[in-house]
Amino acid sequence: MSAGQVWALARKDLLTEGRSKETLNGLLFFAALVLLIFGFALGPDPARLEQAAAGVLWVAFILTGVLGLMRAFQVERENECLEGLLLYPGDRAALYLGKLVGNVVFMLALEVAVFPCFAFFYNMPIWGALPGLFLTAALGTAGFAAVGTLFAAMTMHLRAREVMFPLLLLPFVVPVLLAAVKGTEAFLRGAGRAEAFPWLTLLGLFDLVFVTVSLFAFEWVVED
Amino acid sequence: MGQDGARSALRRGGIELEGIGKAYGAAWAVRRVDLVLGPGESLALFGPNGAGKTTLLKILATLVTPTRGSGRVAGFDLRTEQEGIRENLALLAHGTHLYEDLTVRENLEFAAAMRRRAAPLEALLTRVGLAEAAGERVRALSSGMKRRLALAKVMLAEPAILLLDEPFTNLDQAAVALLEGYVAEVLDREGSVIMATHDLARGYAACRRAAVLVSGRLIHEAPARVGGLEGLRAAYVAATGEGAG
Amino acid sequence: MMASGGSRLVIPLGVGASAALLAGLYAGLVRAPADVVQGEVQRIMYLHVPTVLVAYLAFFVVFVGSVAYLFTRRERWDILAHASAEIGVLFTALTIAAGAIWGKPTWGAWWTWDARLTTTAILLLIYVGYLMLRAAVEDRSRGARYAAVVGILGFLDIPIIHKSVEWWRTLHQPSSLARGAIDPALLFPLLLNLAAFALLYAFLLAQRVELGRLEAEVLRRRLEE
Repeated sequence: MSAGQVWALARKDLLTEGRSKETLNGLLFFAALVLLIFGFALGPDPARLEQAAAGVLWVAFILTGVLGLMRAFQVERENECLEGLLLYPGDRAALYLGKLVGNVVFMLALEVAVFPCFAFFYNMPIWGALPGLFLTAALGTAGFAAVGTLFAAMTMHLRAREVMFPLLLLPFVVPVLLAAVKGTEAFLRGAGRAEAFPWLTLLGLFDLVFVTVSLFAFEWVVED
Repeated sequence: MGQDGARSALRRGGIELEGIGKAYGAAWAVRRVDLVLGPGESLALFGPNGAGKTTLLKILATLVTPTRGSGRVAGFDLRTEQEGIRENLALLAHGTHLYEDLTVRENLEFAAAMRRRAAPLEALLTRVGLAEAAGERVRALSSGMKRRLALAKVMLAEPAILLLDEPFTNLDQAAVALLEGYVAEVLDREGSVIMATHDLARGYAACRRAAVLVSGRLIHEAPARVGGLEGLRAAYVAATGEGAG
Repeated sequence: MMASGGSRLVIPLGVGASAALLAGLYAGLVRAPADVVQGEVQRIMYLHVPTVLVAYLAFFVVFVGSVAYLFTRRERWDILAHASAEIGVLFTALTIAAGAIWGKPTWGAWWTWDARLTTTAILLLIYVGYLMLRAAVEDRSRGARYAAVVGILGFLDIPIIHKSVEWWRTLHQPSSLARGAIDPALLFPLLLNLAAFALLYAFLLAQRVELGRLEAEVLRRRLEE
């Protein structure tokens, strides 16, 4: 399998997105909107919001992620580009990894921009805990995208894809959600690495297992 | 380089299909196709819409797994050595496979990276007449220019097997000449070419042999030159029961 | 070609399952002594525990069928996986219902986010998704392939889901289900019911596989030459 292909594909996706920025901007506003909506649904008591904050943040990431992950393969529908990708020599796993890397980078960029909004609306002391928060976000996003990239490829041709994709994906990534929220909470509380460690380990395990399995499974999803 | 030598050793054409069929649900798109095409040979594949031409080309390109039958493409087994086939095959398909938001050059660079080749991109762009438009986004191009870029991507691959699906759509006269010249070039270096087209006249001009695919079956198969263009037309009408283009 | 030996098993399995279920129900609901702490309500365990264990068995069979299908592309494995998934979903739903029926008089609430029940609920969603995916894909072999991928990933996710939900719960409060040694007087009816539900699963599986086989045969004949 060729690292050059993985990098070329990820770069192509990020370049395309960087050109138009329409998806990036749209999703960013969507994430901020989710944060606000939960504020309305749960507030205005600040204590209640503070308790729910980490959970709300990750719901925002996940809902935004669902939209963003679908986009990664929808862009290959124009001009039958997916067919073009499948004609290239080399392992299909390179296509999966390329899409995964592009997805993770894209989502992390989004999340970095969402954190300040989060700190603002929910009055969260994120500035002291940034390394831990980013580490949790990176591990969680990788796990979410690992399965999401595979399922997005699977559902891209279905008429009911807007429903089938989240329906399939979300139950699978419950462990990611649980661990990411608990880890984020631990860092926000200043409880430090010791408390977050088991959750980060769980995320790491999930990432390892599901990137590996999805790598192999991708071939079966894109063949005809 | 040793690898280059291995590549040129593999780069002879040659297609053998035996009993190839593809079913979708309750219908056969391709029923039973037997075909032998040697290096340096070209085949024009005619047939009405829905006859299975595109499906057959996709099977050859390893995009579609046949329901039954076996075959060898450029010496590689159709079912078990697909990577070898893709390495040595290019398909000029119905879709251009172009990214509209990237420039001409970026599209070609991407294709080169995915093909794992360091090709002379500028020379290719000049050859297809897109050197001046290299910095333009594909979205801004005319459909003829897009088809030429698609052709450049195919040339990049230096394929031993060249498959063309309705290649003459949206091409102006200069581009048609370019395409025909390239087909001749592939044949010259012992590649094999299959061209699926509606255009009897152009198919006849470009290819030595002709076949008609009807309802997934190969009906007529003969050297195209036998009987001239009129003979071909008559054979087409007889095989399909309809008027020809 | 699927061996039709399966259809010969259906009747003996049906008879066996019925007999075992009747015996199990009698042993559990009538003969066994009531639990000292929980009273009569505890008897629902004779239903709840077997159904959850059989559900896990069913999903394991889905996993095996999925792997076998992807490597052999023989339709029989796909039929097996599909059938087992349907029955697994049924047993999972029964498990959750039984858990809720137990929970209401015991804790005063239908749903208490108990670790095991929560995991079971997530599994229900995963395999319902599996079934819906099959229905949403028009081409049969593509649907089988997609389902097999979900079947494999789903099964691999089970231990991770279980662990994460368990940590999620125990770090919050101790597990709500008592986990002591089981009185031998209660163990026998439990095992009897487990065997009975396993037989029921086998019976339903044989029926459903036979149905799937006939379905495939019809489609095969419709594929005109």
